[in-house]
Amino acid sequence: MNNRAAIVHPAWLRLTHWINACAVVLLVLSGWRIYNASPIFAFTFPVQITLGGWLGGALLWHFFAMWVLIGNGVAYLALNIFTGRIKRKFFPLHFKDILADTLAALKGKLSHADLSVYNAPQKLAYLFIVLDVVLLVVSGLVIWKSVQFPLLRELMGGFDMARVVHFVAMAALLGVLAVHLVMVALLPRTLLLMLRGR
Amino acid sequence: MLKPKKIQLLDDTALKQLPMPSRRLFMQRALSLGGLSLLSGCALSDEESVEHALMKVSQFNDRVQAWLFDPERMAPTYAEAMMTRPFPFNAYYGREDIPEVDAEEYRLEISGLVADKHAWTLEELYKLPQTSQVTRLICVEGWSAIGKWGGVTFSTFLKHIGADLSAKYVGFKCEDDYFTSIDMATALHAQTLLAFTYDGQTLPPEYGYPLRLRMPTKLGYKNPKHITAIFVSNTNPGGYWEDQGYNWFGGC
Ligand code: HEM
Repeated sequence: MNNRAAIVHPAWLRLTHWINACAVVLLVLSGWRIYNASPIFAFTFPVQITLGGWLGGALLWHFFAMWVLIGNGVAYLALNIFTGRIKRKFFPLHFKDILADTLAALKGKLSHADLSVYNAPQKLAYLFIVLDVVLLVVSGLVIWKSVQFPLLRELMGGFDMARVVHFVAMAALLGVLAVHLVMVALLPRTLLLMLRGR
Repeated sequence: MLKPKKIQLLDDTALKQLPMPSRRLFMQRALSLGGLSLLSGCALSDEESVEHALMKVSQFNDRVQAWLFDPERMAPTYAEAMMTRPFPFNAYYGREDIPEVDAEEYRLEISGLVADKHAWTLEELYKLPQTSQVTRLICVEGWSAIGKWGGVTFSTFLKHIGADLSAKYVGFKCEDDYFTSIDMATALHAQTLLAFTYDGQTLPPEYGYPLRLRMPTKLGYKNPKHITAIFVSNTNPGGYWEDQGYNWFGGC
């Protein structure tokens, strides 16, 4: 691929992607330490793989990284919408294509000749990530300020339920991210695209 | 590179038993990331600048919360049947160290930007108009519990002592050496109570006898127990946990 090859990922997309990845790592690791202070389920996370050292430190990291995630996420969404990229890259998205592409991928027959076009399950995964992060932000707002956001609180089923929603959304994000990373590992050329744009 | 840090071996219970962990201690803990440690290899000055930056963000979060705080918005109230029984005991020490306060000798000291600085006896406090409410206490740790507190609306008390209601902060000192402070807007909120009772009974020692502040609009650590002194000020008095890194505003 020579240097004059068309840009697949514009610079703003690459930048917001990597800022987002950093923010998510900080949020997940500090979030586990916060969870440990009062677990909802019958397990805690090994302290060695959490961020913050103690609850107060973890909260400082979490409430720093949340601003990075929100600011960066708003920029990502705004640029995607106003440049029309979201329509071009993610739609149309048909159920039958998701099924067909997934089957083809499992049989090892999905074409990766043109990496400027996302396949259907890939589109679905990225859209899921975006919506799941929105859910994480909303449920997080309810946990942070349950009195000040009464409508969101009721929507989440109350303060205690918002914690469960926040946790499950985190777990779902990590599940999809695991697949995301496996796919990148299987097609390392996409990583190059996400780094230099072409 | 990983530096061994003795201090990381302390768990929260151990931390709670330290009389006053230093700021240094706080940051060594805040930066420890165990096996994934990205930052603990940094020089000490770097750790300090990370600490400084995180505290700056926390102060920014104070301002955001003050802006979000709506004095007219009430926290949800609940039916008595929904109360959490038994209500959890929580402090920076264990049950064995719950302070014993002598009712006869007890005085509530008043100082700072107030007109009437006379110290209050319990008898005088009990004569103030009383009200009660069933609200949810949300702990910074993530758990929450519903309880019923009774006492005098704090704004009534502040007006009674001729407090300067345009001052910024109200500070509290406690029998157990705990201390904290709140913003005036929250102090004047209709659900902010100076509480003498729990579940219709005199406040038991574990919940803060003889006097505690109860605000459903702030996290548990902002609700001081065993209060012995109240003062009004324009300089932020900080707090026991807040000085170690918990967010100062601590709003819900
Ligand atoms: C460090 C780990 C990560 C690596 C190596 C990585 C790699 C990549 C690559 C190579 C692409 C482009 C795929 C292609 O062109 O076909 C991509 C896209 C994407 N990644 Fe990641 N990623 C990582 C972490 C994350 C995280 C943490 C999130 C979200 C929470 C995320 C969300 C996305 C999304 C939404 C897209 C599509 C962006 C768009 O086209 O608008 N990634 N990633």
